[in-house]
Amino acid sequence: MKRAVFSNPWLPILILSPQLAIIAVFFYWPAGFAIQSSFFLQDPFGFGSTFVGVSNYTDLFASSEYLRVAWFTIIYTVLVTFFSLAIALLLAVKADNVLRGAKTYRTLLMWVYAIAPPVAGLMGVMLFDQSTGPITELFGAFGWDFRLGVNYWDTATAMIIVAVWKQVPVNFIFFLSGLQSIPRSVREAALIDNRSASGRFWDVIFPLLAPTAFFLLIINITYALFDTFGVIDTLVKGEPGNNPMTLVYKVFIDGFRGNDLGGSSAQSVVLMVLVLILTIVQFRMMERRIHYT
Amino acid sequence: MSKVTLDRVRKVYPNGVEAVRPSSFEIPHGELVVMVGPSGCGKSTLLRMVAGLEDITDGTLSIGDRVVNDVDPADRNIAMVFQNYALYPHMTVAKNMGYGLKNRGLPKAEIDAKVREAARMLNLSEYLDRRPSQLSGGQRQRVAMGRAIVRSPELFLFDEPLSNLDAKLRNQMRIEIRSLQRRLGVTAMYVTHDQVEAMTMADRIIVLNAGQIEQIGKPSEIYNRPASTFVASFMGAPPMNLLPASYNGNGHVALGDDLALPIQADADHAGEVQLGIRPEEVHLSDKGKTPFQLDLIEELGASRLLHGKLAGHEFTVNAPNDDAPLEGTLMLDLPQHALHLFHGETGRRL
Ligand SMILES: Nc1ncnc2c1ncn2[C@@H]1O[C@H](COP(=O)(O)OP(=O)(O)OP(=O)(O)O)[C@@H](O)[C@H]1O
Ligand SMILES: [Mg+2]
Repeated sequence: MKRAVFSNPWLPILILSPQLAIIAVFFYWPAGFAIQSSFFLQDPFGFGSTFVGVSNYTDLFASSEYLRVAWFTIIYTVLVTFFSLAIALLLAVKADNVLRGAKTYRTLLMWVYAIAPPVAGLMGVMLFDQSTGPITELFGAFGWDFRLGVNYWDTATAMIIVAVWKQVPVNFIFFLSGLQSIPRSVREAALIDNRSASGRFWDVIFPLLAPTAFFLLIINITYALFDTFGVIDTLVKGEPGNNPMTLVYKVFIDGFRGNDLGGSSAQSVVLMVLVLILTIVQFRMMERRIHYT
Repeated sequence: MSKVTLDRVRKVYPNGVEAVRPSSFEIPHGELVVMVGPSGCGKSTLLRMVAGLEDITDGTLSIGDRVVNDVDPADRNIAMVFQNYALYPHMTVAKNMGYGLKNRGLPKAEIDAKVREAARMLNLSEYLDRRPSQLSGGQRQRVAMGRAIVRSPELFLFDEPLSNLDAKLRNQMRIEIRSLQRRLGVTAMYVTHDQVEAMTMADRIIVLNAGQIEQIGKPSEIYNRPASTFVASFMGAPPMNLLPASYNGNGHVALGDDLALPIQADADHAGEVQLGIRPEEVHLSDKGKTPFQLDLIEELGASRLLHGKLAGHEFTVNAPNDDAPLEGTLMLDLPQHALHLFHGETGRRL
């Protein structure tokens, strides 16, 4: 790594200052505030607060409801990540067979990615709508009385489907470009070395996709853990009731619906630690092993 | 026995390009055939059809006595060396070489022995645990060779395997590949656009032009009796001089108005011809009868190239380097055996 040298030590800081300001205002300040308030018990009506030490945290881990949500979050994250990656990989492999070199098609497929994310969540709500949703009707035709927002597992299913659906195009684009960057001659060498298509995939293609796949794995875990807030919010419509939710959504519910600022701050600190761990894992793994060239 | 037979093999790409016109030839067992021609003439396409990487549009391809048109590449018992080596970046050298054998279900000990043997042959023994990215270009080339060798194929296919190497390494690998192929006695097809490689390595050369076979022959035949003006100008450096001339049908070819050369040709064509003369087959001689107007001298070290005009046309002479100062009009001796006659329109040899 080359070290750039500035004659004036304040210059780099000046250049970075807009970015630093944004990070400070939107990340460090609220983060610091969350850490601080996680040690206090806030009066629900805003009349001051009392220092309670780590009792917000001990309450949290003693709470069976919190542990239940944590379990659900894990299951949810695993399923969303797995299906988003698997479906996208399958589609990318199929598209890659057709698309070698056909740039126009590739561009067309990119459009899906550009359109999908903002629209997908809302479309999900409409598709699973209790009275008019076609998917609800489809499930009904198979005898599954699908009740979004009422039945715990039905809501969970919808949450997973919509979240996966939103994420598949992103993964697809990354996988496709990963596949297309594998040299043709390497595939051809494999064609001569191995007659089984699935053998070639797992022995040659997939390992060469591993850097992409690993990158996407982290991205998808982060997505399922944190970025599906909007999906969950549109689907459960702010009425947790008997509905499933993830840890991030619970922070919101407890803090803003339950007015338990101290408890929800403790929860968000736990999540911050989780993000930190994910980031460290990502950097460590990226440095090691995963690179071939 | 693994001869290779192509019977009117043709390739039309989906976009309508006829990359290979119907071509027939046979490669006897153990022979190394070099396919040479300018860029885009269909060399790679032909090779890739033999490998099974491209479908054959028409015609039949046999390896040994088996028609392999519809046989999977993995089942053709061939090995291919690619221009950019096409090594598996995530596998060690040993794994790269052994991958094909593993898929054929060979026991691990046997694969190991074969890989070691090939590595020893190619001086790769100390690199077996490295990844391709940790090797030099020449070493990667060897690994690609090793991967081909361990399979003990019936047929080697090479697609410009040396074009990514520097000149010195290229010469060295050329000799190594040739002697390896001889030693193993495996039939081989070798694509290149380097005529030196073609001349030095080939048992026989196939010269391709725009998807068509121009000539098939031993290197000496290609050089001494080029079948067309295309072959004549493609093979040989500097290329053969080609001069428009006219042939009277009975022993004299006229260059311009006042220069007529006697020639031995049993051509039944009279009229417009192209007269071909290799730069290295003419000699400067006081007794020569043909005037040559010298314009420019290029020093090559061992010899020098004299560029100028003969009967008003561009002409090059390859003269031995004897430091004698040369200037103005020189006299050339054009021996009869140095004169090649080609049809004025078709360019075929007369
Ligand atoms: N996949 C393809 N689809 C359509 N046309 C192709 C394809 N591959 C090659 N061609 C065309 O077929 C012709 C022959 O190509 P080929 O690759 O065999 O040439 P080559 O002799 O190997 O050239 P080079 O020396 O540059 O490698 C060219 O005109 C090329 O544009
Ligand atoms: Mg080629």
